[in-house]
Amino acid sequence: MSTATPPKDFGFGLDEEMLRDLARKFLDEKLPVERLRTLVAGDHQAVYEQGQRPAWDEGLWKEMVELGWPGLAVPEQAGGVGFKTVGIAALVEEAGRHALPSPLLASLCASFVLREADAAAANPWLARIALGGATSLAITNAQGSWEPDDSGVSAREDGDALRLSGAAHFVQDALKAGAFVVSARRGGDLLLCVVPAEAEGLRVEQDHIHDLTRDQATLHFNDVAVPALHVVSRDAADVLRRAWPALLVTVAADLCGSSEWQLQTTVEYARNRVQFDHPLGFFQAVKHPLVDAMLAIDRARSLLYHAACCIDQGGDDAESAARMAKSAASDAGAFTSSRSVQLHGGIGFTWECDVHLYFKRSLHNQALYGDGIHQRRKLADALIGELER
Amino acid sequence: MKKSSLSSEQLEFQQYARRWLAESKPPPPPVRLPQNPIEVMSEEQRDYLQDWQHKCYEAGLVGADLPEAYGGGGHEGFQRLANQEMNAAGTPFLINVIGLNMAVPTILVHGSEEQKRRFVPPALSGEEIWCQGFSEPGAGSDMANQQTTAVRKGESWVVNGHKVWTSLGHFAKWMILIARTSRDHKYDGLTYFLCPIEGATGVTVRPLIKLTGESGFNEVLFEDVEVPDSMRLDEVGKGWTVAMTTLTYERGAAESAGGGGGNAIHPVQQLIQLSRESTRDGVRAADDPLTRDAIVQQAIWAEAIVQNARRSRVPALCEQPMRIPLQMKVTVTEFTQSNSRLGVDIAGARSTLYKLDESAPDAGHWPLSYMNSYGMTIAAGTNEVQRNILGERVLGLAKSK
Repeated sequence: MSTATPPKDFGFGLDEEMLRDLARKFLDEKLPVERLRTLVAGDHQAVYEQGQRPAWDEGLWKEMVELGWPGLAVPEQAGGVGFKTVGIAALVEEAGRHALPSPLLASLCASFVLREADAAAANPWLARIALGGATSLAITNAQGSWEPDDSGVSAREDGDALRLSGAAHFVQDALKAGAFVVSARRGGDLLLCVVPAEAEGLRVEQDHIHDLTRDQATLHFNDVAVPALHVVSRDAADVLRRAWPALLVTVAADLCGSSEWQLQTTVEYARNRVQFDHPLGFFQAVKHPLVDAMLAIDRARSLLYHAACCIDQGGDDAESAARMAKSAASDAGAFTSSRSVQLHGGIGFTWECDVHLYFKRSLHNQALYGDGIHQRRKLADALIGELER
Repeated sequence: MKKSSLSSEQLEFQQYARRWLAESKPPPPPVRLPQNPIEVMSEEQRDYLQDWQHKCYEAGLVGADLPEAYGGGGHEGFQRLANQEMNAAGTPFLINVIGLNMAVPTILVHGSEEQKRRFVPPALSGEEIWCQGFSEPGAGSDMANQQTTAVRKGESWVVNGHKVWTSLGHFAKWMILIARTSRDHKYDGLTYFLCPIEGATGVTVRPLIKLTGESGFNEVLFEDVEVPDSMRLDEVGKGWTVAMTTLTYERGAAESAGGGGGNAIHPVQQLIQLSRESTRDGVRAADDPLTRDAIVQQAIWAEAIVQNARRSRVPALCEQPMRIPLQMKVTVTEFTQSNSRLGVDIAGARSTLYKLDESAPDAGHWPLSYMNSYGMTIAAGTNEVQRNILGERVLGLAKSK
């Protein structure tokens, strides 16, 4: 446990508030839900039947780069902002609230990992992210294991360089990324290296996914050469373990934001739609589940800021706090999503109603880096003691 | 690098409270104490707890932030520290819970100078115990449907009626009472009184037996009970407004005069302990994956309650100021219910045993705590009524009624 007294306000000060309010204003203006719908959900057949590349607004990303967002998690000595995690969580909440299609989350997650790696090797890549070079983590095997030790990529020595073979799965927003942070097994070691998207022998195969607000891919490595300079850690599992709380906080923040949008949108519908001579919200069968969604979201949000604050404090309680936040946010996301479709009634079941965009983004995030059950299994080991196997 | 957010006076008080509690922890009670103050049944329990509250008051741990003129300590930010220290020390709870958390704050907001000087000090010291007269047989969730009447007679009011679920009524000197003073208006026809109970002519206090077989709360009958007009709190016809002040404190949405104590072990730690001592399908319950998941869900919920309270004081992270405070009653009572329920499940066959059975785990705590938890989800406005309030006041949904 950290010995310092945790700040009562989670360390959420004026700078963090200003960034969050600016992000909300910017995204309200640039990505209202009508624009999002036109952008990503124009043609259901193109996306699902023909497997078209998911749409995103590259111009918007360039504006986000100018605002400095990709550099928020990059330390100052590497050319970034070194912003507090509580501030980043608030920004990501806004991204979730607008279901923003962009490489922002992937790049933040890549920064969280790279800043735990060997500084000399990792800093150039961090600097590249700060300048808007979208980067994503390629650390997951075909089974979708969230154990940092597991990798579907193997490495062999080739003179000074390494050669990578195998595949990394479930790589987020890979089609938008210019570089990947890859974990690769070499004998008993797990190495962490950075591979540019255009590297020879690397094939990025788009996954056919439900979520319309991001892309995902499988990376196939066919003897891809990695110069020694690009190896950023010889103990990738340790690096990933240290960064893991921040990855969980990032996804939990997106879930909190999207859940709040679902709640407010469904509340709005329940205030306006009249049946049996009353607005829907008059009926307790509608009112009470909406209140329960609010209760779930508030629990998750409070745990989210607690976890982000623990990361900023540098205590060893960050992992438990982040797992609690991700568990609560996944469950709040699942419940709020479920009610947002059900309480919209017939229209909620259609393509024209926007709730499906958030439903699918939430569903994707609920699984990413481990769902509630996974987090609680890990927490049980910490709180109750490990099971004898 | 990180500085404590407490002032030097507060830090000093915290140290003092910790030391005092360590030195003054009372001997074990002569009789088994109930799980919370509203279930105090016997005179031995009362005497023991009243003596403890008096000591805490003398030591400055009760009413620490209230003005000295009303028997308080005149400090700022001390009470929360005192409550935290009492909780951490696991000392007995303070018996005058309705006095401290409901009567005192309401009197301080709505009372006359004379009422504040007369009633606050003995409530803080625990000398005068208070009970609450809001609920009636026909006025539960619909609290404004009060049928108890108060009719003006010279300088007094004559009260007739029937109050129910009156915790601590059998030990109370005073009751915070709402009564109907006009039939013309449902809400504006109510007036709030500080009503004498102990020894008052025309008052009958009868114990009610709860579903657990325990008593601890009562019904109180009023037959031509005379209450001087000087015991009226705020104006005639303002009873509903005054009652809302009381409920704000009762539902935990505002800071009170004192409290804490009684819960040395965290409720989730109690579950973990129980799971290590219980067997399920041939293994320790602590090694059963579903039981582990359920326990961790409780741990997450408990942490969320703490962090909700923390976030509710950070305006930048609360878009609506009352959104979290109004949730507290529902969240805390349902957490407690769910925690006890899980304890019952983990205890398995042994949960069938009543507290007097020697084999009952944790002296029969789990099933009794579970059954008693319904008192909490029903009292102070049922959780269904709370969900209406949240849906209407926070989410802006149409009023259900």
